[in-house]
Amino acid sequence: MIYLLIVFPLVMAALAFTVKSNRWRPWLLPLGAVVHLGLVLVTIFHLADREVVSGLGDWLLLDPLGKVVLGFLSVLFFLCSLYAPGYLALRVDRPNRVLCTNLFVSLAMMTLVTLSHHLGLMWVAMEAMTLVSAPSIYFNHNARSLEATWKFLLIGSVGISLALLGSFFLAYASLKSGLESTLLFDQLIKDAPLLSPPWLHAAFVLLFIGYGTKMGLAPMHAWKPDAYGEAPGIVGTLLAGGVTSCAFLAVLRVYQICSAGPEAEFARQVMIFMGLLSMAVAAVFMARQRDFKRMLAYSSIEHMGILVLGVGLGGLAVYGALLHLINNGLTKGVLFLSAGNIHRSYGSKLTDHVQGALHRVPVSGALFLLGFLIIAGAPGFGPFVSEFTIVSAAMGSGQFLAGGLFLLFLAVVFVGMGATVLTVVLGDPPEETKPTTFHDSVSTSGPILIFVALVLLLGLYIPAPLETLLNEAAAQIKVGSTD
Amino acid sequence: MLQTFDVLIIVAVALNFVALGVSRIRGVINAVALQGVLLGIFPIFIHPDLGTRGIVLVVVAVFLKGRVIPAFLLEAIREADIRHEVQPVVSFITSLLLGAVGTALAMLFSSTLPLTSEHSTLLLVPASFSTVWTGFLMLTTRKKAIMQVLGFLILENGILLFGLLLLEAMPFLVEAGVLLDLFTGVFVMGITIHHINREFSSISTDDLSELKE
Repeated sequence: MIYLLIVFPLVMAALAFTVKSNRWRPWLLPLGAVVHLGLVLVTIFHLADREVVSGLGDWLLLDPLGKVVLGFLSVLFFLCSLYAPGYLALRVDRPNRVLCTNLFVSLAMMTLVTLSHHLGLMWVAMEAMTLVSAPSIYFNHNARSLEATWKFLLIGSVGISLALLGSFFLAYASLKSGLESTLLFDQLIKDAPLLSPPWLHAAFVLLFIGYGTKMGLAPMHAWKPDAYGEAPGIVGTLLAGGVTSCAFLAVLRVYQICSAGPEAEFARQVMIFMGLLSMAVAAVFMARQRDFKRMLAYSSIEHMGILVLGVGLGGLAVYGALLHLINNGLTKGVLFLSAGNIHRSYGSKLTDHVQGALHRVPVSGALFLLGFLIIAGAPGFGPFVSEFTIVSAAMGSGQFLAGGLFLLFLAVVFVGMGATVLTVVLGDPPEETKPTTFHDSVSTSGPILIFVALVLLLGLYIPAPLETLLNEAAAQIKVGSTD
Repeated sequence: MLQTFDVLIIVAVALNFVALGVSRIRGVINAVALQGVLLGIFPIFIHPDLGTRGIVLVVVAVFLKGRVIPAFLLEAIREADIRHEVQPVVSFITSLLLGAVGTALAMLFSSTLPLTSEHSTLLLVPASFSTVWTGFLMLTTRKKAIMQVLGFLILENGILLFGLLLLEAMPFLVEAGVLLDLFTGVFVMGITIHHINREFSSISTDDLSELKE
């Protein structure tokens, strides 16, 4: 079963590659996604209750943390795939064979990251994910998307190389201590107190920088605004929700090892500092942002900061961070897809040309505005709950400075992002930007509404099975940590 | 045996300076290829009884880094029909000086790290850090896309040098994975270079400057 989760998307990728019709190929996406979602749900909620889901001699193992991320990814991919046929039908001029194939391969690789229980295997999957994402960013085949692809590839590859060096350091730390060298997570966590501290220290820094680059934490975020700005909305959603979540999972795995060893306090401080720094950088660059897709990239940097901050704060905030992973990813779906629709209807993504979206594309414009309110923490929706959990955990454990800065940055981001979003949706469309043939339709708005519904659900009520999973996963990270 | 090994490591580090100082792209490609080949055969010195699996890995590594990747990159510059000079952002002399400073610091740094007794006399660790440093230098101070790919290759070489310390501990799959990733990475970057060339009729990253704040 565990192999099927990875092999199935690969088979679908091969199928997408062989189908000749540009019109019918996109329909493979929802088909493959629904089967994958079914397989994932059966594995998480049925199979995992009865037996340990593992493979390749424990190199693959589904633990609670993996379950949370895997389940979330599969839902995200499914919703994006519902949007794909409608979107690609508008872009029949562009061949979509490479895009469809790569989306399936990256689904397979994301699944592999969540299942990997071995530092080396996880690294290989992350690298493969980077490489297959690159052609999707280049979907529009113009100079700007090429530039974005190049930066994504180069910065991503360098980041991932540093992560490899960090993995080597970690292996060396156990070699130095005379332990049997291993890269299996369970074994590393068990060995952590005995690992040679200088090597463990260096390994954490390198692994954090490496996987942090893939997450897009400041100051390693240079690729993000470009890639998100130039990629189609659906690819942006999968990057902002999927790829970054996998990278966050990798950071969590590393943090788990370090917090079980002598470097726990150091690792915690690094997470808090980097989290706040990312939020601050995002707040600065979000102000007066004229390109609304780039603005979304800075929002993603901000929320990646919130995730690592939450984990660094510890206690209840870890639970909040895991919940926020899901909430943020789903809300990014609302924002990126509606932004994509607006972009399509104006043929521009600069606020100089794009105004009055509520007039021209009422549904997409309203959803974009709603998405902004949700991500900014409007009560009643998921992100409010998770952000509130994090801040109350910070205050409750006496970390007032971090908690206060967190609130301050949220407020600054709200103002900065609000200015751009309101310019886009309100007012009258400028006369010189002629409307394109794009209109709101069920196929391009329906999936976004499902995203909104899910975020609303998570804001009002968290289903019991999910609650249990989140608690188990949070407990996994807290094991061995100082508080 | 060990003495030969030390000499070869020094040659590999010297190739960093060749890569930094040579003015023609072809020269840099050759230097990186030679460095890759050296790295490919290093396992033989560390592990005289390598076994079939190890031998296969050595052959594959040497073939990939010494033959396939250089041929691919040479093809890319021929097709792109670019000027064959490196065009660095900082002068060659400055690059070489920075490289030398980095190598000295690598020596100092690795002497402070606690190594296991059998590794403490090896030159592998300083060589690795100095090569990683050179890779970063190339990545940041060269304008042409192809030079950045070469910088990435040198960076990977440096990381693999460190990985050699773990030859016993690291399972086969990871090493094979590293090679595979290196290969596909260069391949994807190579295709991108091809597109950059078609789009701008040059492969200088100067043209890639539209996206910024």
